[in-house]
Amino acid sequence: MGEWWTSVPTETSMGNYEISSISHVTMSPSRQNNLVSMCSSLPLSKSSYNVISAFCTEDNIPQCILYINQELASLGLSCACIEASSPGGAGLSTVPAMNAMYELLQIHRRNMCTLEELEREQLKKSSTLEHMQMNNSRLKDQLEFSMREKSGLHETERQLQLKIKTLQSCLKTEKDEVQKLQSIIASRASQYSHDAKRKEREAAKLKERLSQLLVDRKDKKLAIDVLNCLGRSDGKRSHWKTAKATASHEGEMYKSLLNDYEASQRSLMLENAELKKVLQQMKREMIHILSPRQSSTKGATADDSQEQVDSDGEEKMGDSSRETLDQSCEHAREQLTNSIRQQWRKLRNHMEKLDSQASQAQNQLESNKEAIPRETHEDEMERMRCEVQQCKEFIHAQQQLLQQQLNTSFDDETAALLNDCYTLEEKERLKEEWRLFEEQKKNFERERKNFTEAAIRLGREKKAFEEDRASWLKNQFLNMTPFTDRRRCSSSDGQSALSIRSEPEMRMSSTKAELAKSSTYATFSTPKPTQSAAVPSTTELYRTLRLIPDSSSSRHSNRGRWQESSTIDDGDNRAKSKSRVRCGDLSIFSLGEDENSLT
Amino acid sequence: MNFSEVFKQTNQLCKVSPDGKYLVSGLPICTQTKYRLVVRDVSTLQILQLYTCLDQISHMEWSSDSLFILCAMYKRGLVQVWSLEQPDWHCKIDEGSIGLVSSRWSPDGRHILNTTEFHLRVTVWSLCTKAVSYIKYPKACQKGIDFSRDGCYMALAERRDCKDYVSVFVCDDWHLLRHFETETQDLAGLEWSPNGCVLAVWDSCLEYKVLLYSLDGRLLSTYSAYEWSLGVKSVTWSPSSQFLAIGSYDEKVRILNHITWKKITQFDHPAAINNTKAVVYKEVEKRPAVGSDDLSLHNITIGTTLFNTQSKYEICPLPVQIPVVKPDPDRANPKIGVSTLAFSSDSRYLATRNDNMTTVVWVWDMQKMNLEAVLEQTSAIRCFQWDPRRPRLALCTATTKLYLWSPAGCVSVQVPTEGGFQVQSLSWHCSGDSLILLGKEQLCLCYMDTDQDEK
Repeated sequence: MGEWWTSVPTETSMGNYEISSISHVTMSPSRQNNLVSMCSSLPLSKSSYNVISAFCTEDNIPQCILYINQELASLGLSCACIEASSPGGAGLSTVPAMNAMYELLQIHRRNMCTLEELEREQLKKSSTLEHMQMNNSRLKDQLEFSMREKSGLHETERQLQLKIKTLQSCLKTEKDEVQKLQSIIASRASQYSHDAKRKEREAAKLKERLSQLLVDRKDKKLAIDVLNCLGRSDGKRSHWKTAKATASHEGEMYKSLLNDYEASQRSLMLENAELKKVLQQMKREMIHILSPRQSSTKGATADDSQEQVDSDGEEKMGDSSRETLDQSCEHAREQLTNSIRQQWRKLRNHMEKLDSQASQAQNQLESNKEAIPRETHEDEMERMRCEVQQCKEFIHAQQQLLQQQLNTSFDDETAALLNDCYTLEEKERLKEEWRLFEEQKKNFERERKNFTEAAIRLGREKKAFEEDRASWLKNQFLNMTPFTDRRRCSSSDGQSALSIRSEPEMRMSSTKAELAKSSTYATFSTPKPTQSAAVPSTTELYRTLRLIPDSSSSRHSNRGRWQESSTIDDGDNRAKSKSRVRCGDLSIFSLGEDENSLT
Repeated sequence: MNFSEVFKQTNQLCKVSPDGKYLVSGLPICTQTKYRLVVRDVSTLQILQLYTCLDQISHMEWSSDSLFILCAMYKRGLVQVWSLEQPDWHCKIDEGSIGLVSSRWSPDGRHILNTTEFHLRVTVWSLCTKAVSYIKYPKACQKGIDFSRDGCYMALAERRDCKDYVSVFVCDDWHLLRHFETETQDLAGLEWSPNGCVLAVWDSCLEYKVLLYSLDGRLLSTYSAYEWSLGVKSVTWSPSSQFLAIGSYDEKVRILNHITWKKITQFDHPAAINNTKAVVYKEVEKRPAVGSDDLSLHNITIGTTLFNTQSKYEICPLPVQIPVVKPDPDRANPKIGVSTLAFSSDSRYLATRNDNMTTVVWVWDMQKMNLEAVLEQTSAIRCFQWDPRRPRLALCTATTKLYLWSPAGCVSVQVPTEGGFQVQSLSWHCSGDSLILLGKEQLCLCYMDTDQDEK
């Protein structure tokens, strides 16, 4: 209002050109508001000087002073009044004026400060407002969007509900359909079975009629024509059908059934026993595993101690159950399974604990892993340094050796000395070898002597064998009963085959198997010309015999036995040739073995 | 592996006697109406006897003591029996106008059981006394008669008054031991356990039901895996009587144990094999590369070798997709499900065939209860049989090759005969040393290397 008031004098008091121009500018839009702003900005403009100068002129100083004083009073600055230095004069008393001015300036500055502050505040406020507005619009958008979404979801939900409803109805109809079809099937099945029964009855009736007709016709064709009747496969005669027979049949049936059940029971018992054993063992092992653990954690917690008490009791119980196991099956089984179950639970707990521990340990390990590389790195470095050092040393040593070598190569004397040493050693070795060779030679000589002896003996035997063969052939021709001969011969052959190691008495008890085997030999021992082919083969065998070294002593004993056996077997000459061959054959191997055992 | 020369046979009639000494085969003579039977020594393949029958032989069987041969001529309603020891002994049984559909020996080899047409009755002829006895109401089904392994008992399925019954006879004198009604809708078959104490009875495929009866007629257990869909297709006991394997239309085999008669496990036959430890052997055919110089006249005259394809097994890496034939759902007896089950002689392995995977044989380990091997052939499998002595499986696919599987591996062998000998079926000799291979009109023996096995 004051400003409005102040502006009035400006407008009214002066018809100044500049002011009018300003007023002209200011007046143009809306008068009042702009005037206020104009007035506030007035002191800033340069033209304000003119205005102020216009405010106070030489003429109106007292009024001005009055006016200013009033203004100052209204502003609450009543401390000092501006007074004219001289009444009616143009001068002012300076002190109060300066004070007033200073006050005013202070006020002005304060006002400016607050204004600035306010402006800043306003700016801040406006920016926050803007932000708020933006936020608001964004949220509005979001809200709208979510609303739209919500409505969409509602729509889909509604559709789904509808779908469910239709599906439910569909299901219902399908169920009905199924029920209907089932009933249809059932009715059809019953109808079918009824019809089938009817048809079957008819068929049965027809069959009956047919068989009746066939019987009535006295079908002559129906016949059996056997050349002669057969005996029963078991050789027995057929029995009459009697009550006793039926009873025996029943008995037999029950017997077979009983056998079957017994067999199955036995197998089940065995299985059961086996399983029980396994169970027992398992239990024992469990107790064994669990007990040390519990003793170690003894008294750690009340829980554990309780457990241990339990286990102690159980151990006793387990022992008792083991005893009772054989007595009462039911009771023992229950006990056993119960205790096993408990033990198992404990074991499982233990395992779980172990597991968790293990996982913890692993975690720790993993956490430690970070630190490890540096250590290993250092280790590696150390190792490598060592290696380098070693290598260096090695190279050095090699160099030294090389140097030495070079030096010693010129040293002839030492070389000769060394050479002498070597030759001495070599001589010794040669001597040793020579001795060995001599020994071998001696051995060889001895063996050769043995061989010549054996050859002589063999020649003698061969002659005897030839004689035997001649006599046997003669016998054969004379007897002319090939079958009995063959049999006897074969049996004796088998025996001789048996006599590899056994005594002559043993030969009598030859088993059937051997006989069967010997029969194959018998086919060879028949008096055919091909039989002679066996003779050269024996000589061949003797020849091969020479290749085998043997000691004369064992040889002699065997030889003696041969002679004996041949003399014993003299009775049946037929077998001789073959048996001789086999004996020889087999004794070769035995000799070989003897030789091995001797040397 | 050696092969004998090829002999002619007819009608796939070729059987080795139970003692393994003789081989009998049909031999048609085209110019005459009479039909001949040839008995050969298995070891030398020399002809020992020739018998002449009255008509074409439909069925032929050795008696258990290997002394007699039964020849049934179903068209004429005739049965002729020949003796190996006395060639001039003969026996002829005429069933007359009542007809004949099946004929078999009793286990003692002295009685013949003839089933008449329409299953009116079973006639039991005695060769000892010429006596004849009738058993009425036999049921016409998949397997209506079964003799226990020891030859003591015979179980016969009967149908009276629209109900199923089982009669147990003592084979010794045909005394009726037990007669009991079974809880089946329509009994399809019965089989004794190898120890002769349990009788497995199964319902027709309309209902999955397997019943186990004791020898004295008590019902031991009933097993049913599912309802409504088609059920049991095949049933087999393991030689140890320990397992009962049930193959069904749902392409699964279920194994029951002999103590609780509950299911131990089930073997699926999936079309895609992926996560098993099984070895998948796939037969791969390889046509020999024919160079231009090979096409000489000489090779063409040989002919057969030129067009023969080599084949070998390759181990397929898993997963493997098996070719599946989708069965026609509108037709009866759909070709799906496990129809053939065979245990090895030591009960260690089980071989199965799923009917909609015709080229595949599955071998299951019964100890580990898992799939051991899968053999995928290039053509449909006709026949497979276990060696009676060793765990060794022989199979044929109507090609010129013979296939053998053993736990050690798998091998495919070309039958080295001229004229394209196609192996239609095969059977092991009881010693397990040789195989009898049957072609359409020929037969051939295959000798295994026994010494190699012993190593």
